[in-house]
Amino acid sequence: MDLVFMIIYAVCLMLLLLGAVTYAILFERKVIGYMQIRIGPNRHGPWGMLQTIADVSKLLMKEDVIPKAADRPIFILAPVIAFVPSFAIYATISWSENIYAADLNIGVLYFIGISSITTLGVVMGGWASNNKYSLMGAMRSVAQVISYEIPLVLSIVGVVILAGSLNFREIVFYQESIGLWLIIPQFLGFIVYMIAAIAELNRSPFDLPEAESELVSGYHTEYSGFRYAFFMLAEYTYAIAISALATTLFLGGWLGPAFLPGVVWFLLKMCVFMFIWFWLRATLPRARVDHLMGFGWKVLIPLALLNIVITSIIKVWMG
Amino acid sequence: MSIRTEQMTLNMGPQHPSTHGVFRLVLTIEGETIKHAEPVIGYLHRGSEKLAEGLLYTQFIPYTDRLDYLNAMTNNYIYCAGVEELLEWEIPERAEYLRVLVMELNRIASHLVWWGTFMLDLGALSPFLYAFRDRDLILDRLNEISGARMTFNYVRIGGVKWDAPDGWIERVKETVKEVRENIKEYDTLVTGNEIFQARTIGVGKISQKEAINWGLSGPIARGSGIRFDLRKEEPYSIYDRFDFDIPTFQEGDVYARYKTRIAEMHESLKIIEQACEQIPEGEIIHKKGKRIMMIKPPAGEVYKRCEASKGEIGVYIVSNGKTQPYRVKLRRPSFVNVQILQELLIDEPIANLVAIFGSLDVVLGEVDA
Repeated sequence: MDLVFMIIYAVCLMLLLLGAVTYAILFERKVIGYMQIRIGPNRHGPWGMLQTIADVSKLLMKEDVIPKAADRPIFILAPVIAFVPSFAIYATISWSENIYAADLNIGVLYFIGISSITTLGVVMGGWASNNKYSLMGAMRSVAQVISYEIPLVLSIVGVVILAGSLNFREIVFYQESIGLWLIIPQFLGFIVYMIAAIAELNRSPFDLPEAESELVSGYHTEYSGFRYAFFMLAEYTYAIAISALATTLFLGGWLGPAFLPGVVWFLLKMCVFMFIWFWLRATLPRARVDHLMGFGWKVLIPLALLNIVITSIIKVWMG
Repeated sequence: MSIRTEQMTLNMGPQHPSTHGVFRLVLTIEGETIKHAEPVIGYLHRGSEKLAEGLLYTQFIPYTDRLDYLNAMTNNYIYCAGVEELLEWEIPERAEYLRVLVMELNRIASHLVWWGTFMLDLGALSPFLYAFRDRDLILDRLNEISGARMTFNYVRIGGVKWDAPDGWIERVKETVKEVRENIKEYDTLVTGNEIFQARTIGVGKISQKEAINWGLSGPIARGSGIRFDLRKEEPYSIYDRFDFDIPTFQEGDVYARYKTRIAEMHESLKIIEQACEQIPEGEIIHKKGKRIMMIKPPAGEVYKRCEASKGEIGVYIVSNGKTQPYRVKLRRPSFVNVQILQELLIDEPIANLVAIFGSLDVVLGEVDA
């Protein structure tokens, strides 16, 4: 019975997620469009609602190109490896008090552990393409994600210390019990989390692995058609997951005034995070790779450690 | 234990997104550090100088449009001014004012394209669209007077092709106000940005001596502390009648070149405002200028130079008294300026490459002629 439920949940989530990614892309293009004094997509359907669908169908109809020099099996496997973990992490996210798949008591650990595998797909794609730009994009990606994974995890530790649990639901229940979203007591942690998350997602201003002006388009230079669509899907799925994590940890998950159901609050809060990422993309130039590393190791990690120390002292002091 | 490392050759261009056209760089890199850079040019070579020898003097003007296509008015002007010097013609006052107006408008448009694409190279998406919004305001004015948005073919030997349409001067004044406000906005959006400053300050330094040795001119030289602008040093046309400054910065890095160009746009706006006030009524072309078979400069040679948006543009014309020039030589600022690139790039990371190359503001149509 459990297995059947799991499968149905996964299929439904997958379908919803495809829809969510479709409109996340449209949302991004509209937001950036208005910020750049233009309108954004408006040809396909009202407000360009069908734009992404048109784009995806175009990608699906493309010829499947695999470069001759590419390492074939790895080249084919890479987009899948990039996508699967970013979908698997949705298992632990609890959308409202009652809607969740797995009530893992090590949810945070699972989330972080599985999400790191996405990088593997990037490295495989970059390596297997047998293209210099791809390889450099992949190398940058590894360096960046490894450096920023650490502050990301450390910034979450503060929340875990306060809540005393690694379970997402318990963390939200804890926020309910103290009547305060953790963004306030954990503000430093939140800032570190936001910056590290952007780097982790390879989004602007830390979009170095796919820096268009330097590396053409980084690790997926050689990818086209459906495989390219898969990389994009993985990227946006992961972006949504990271927003969901931020919502759960810092913005009280599904908590909110009762006139809207919890799941709506959850989605609204996620949209805020997505908006912030689009906003940054429209505003900031790209950081340089050595500045990025320096910033990660010299600023973010010490800040995250400081946050842990302060949180621990407060926790002990408050009892 | 040491790890065996290898140098890698990377072909950047001619179809790379940030080489702005068909420029190719053969890079030898060690990791992400450039050890050797070799620019390869010529993908856009059309033999403009040779073509001139088979054309009437007037017929060559459209070819100058296609050198630096972002700054076509100045190219038109310098060629015509060279021929006029051979002919020893008096140019009507109004024509000179119209020339200054369109050249300065075009200079701003050219700098705006540079600003947008340079920021795009640095990974900022929005400035590009803001720059093109303002550039379009200017192109609308240039379109009204010349009938074209980029390749104007407007300046003629002996004057200009068309007089300003009704109300044009008023519209230019409004455009100046609007563009000035918008350029101020750029400072608040970009100039103070920390990531931007971290990427540009101290990057791609050119010392004053190097700038002179490599023959650099224009905003690049002025960004390296050389106070040299032909509009002041050797006033051509009627530039001695206007009050403006030459923005000069000492640092010689990418940021200094950035600031030079932003400041130069403000100075150009000042010139346009003054020209709008002073412009007289009258003829717009020398009486012989319209009859193109009549343009037969006496045998002789001339070198004429002026300040284009990229630097010093010069034209050397040899006439043997016929209707076609005997030889035309063009000194194209981008061609000269791009040569320092191979020296500047050594030991720089690849991420700096686009910042440095972008800051040189090279137009490939002009490099290859």
